[in-house]
Amino acid sequence: MHHKYWIMELNRIVNILDAKVLAGKDHLSREVAHAFSSDLMSDVLTIPGKDVILLTGLSNIHSLRAAEMADINQVAIVRNKPVSQEMIDLAEQNNIVLLSVDSSLFRASGMLFSEGIKPLF
Amino acid sequence: MTLNYSISGGDFASAGNASSAVKSILKQLNIDNGTIKRVVISLYEAEVNVAAHADNGTITVDIDNVSVKMVICDSGPGIPDIELAMKEGFSTASAEVREMGFGAGMGLPNIKRNCDLLNIKSIPGEGTELNIEILLNQAKPTER
Repeated sequence: MHHKYWIMELNRIVNILDAKVLAGKDHLSREVAHAFSSDLMSDVLTIPGKDVILLTGLSNIHSLRAAEMADINQVAIVRNKPVSQEMIDLAEQNNIVLLSVDSSLFRASGMLFSEGIKPLF
Repeated sequence: MTLNYSISGGDFASAGNASSAVKSILKQLNIDNGTIKRVVISLYEAEVNVAAHADNGTITVDIDNVSVKMVICDSGPGIPDIELAMKEGFSTASAEVREMGFGAGMGLPNIKRNCDLLNIKSIPGEGTELNIEILLNQAKPTER
């Protein structure tokens, strides 16, 4: 398969996913090369965190806690799941960019993949 | 340096607080990021385990120039078969735990993967004690 991968700013990812930025508005020039999609936080805790955006349907405090522990600096909650103020606060505290996306996990992952974001595995 | 924390069984909202606090302390001590990540992932999984399975627990974190030692001690049902609990995919977690994004039988294997030394003692019906040690890659006492 011929597929080109790119490193892109979060700004561009926000555009591709048509995402709402819930936390970390000042960090949108951060560069992202990889994405990982999972609802299982124990799985998230096994990945290298650098340059990764986590896409997840799990909208609770532990999506942010797992990101914090795994050094993942950007998290997108898919399917327009409600995001609590506590999650937003925790994201801000840890300089995590927190996005809310309408698309499903599969669609959001596909959109980033087809625009050149590299899978971790 | 010794740090102490406590965790309550069922309190998923607070699980991760100790790991978060330890992370910022290790950062202040200029420990390298890779080592910090191994410490906090191990501790976070252990915290979630206590919240998921035990009645209550205590955490002691000991940091010196050589390693980070963590003791997570809980009173609770204990682990009847530790070998089985160490198997990836084996879990006795409730639906509530799974809804939190855990309970896939990866906790103890994740801890083992991240630490240099893991010792589990458990008495069924009484509780479990985890001893975790993570060696520091670069101990530079003069910089602390």
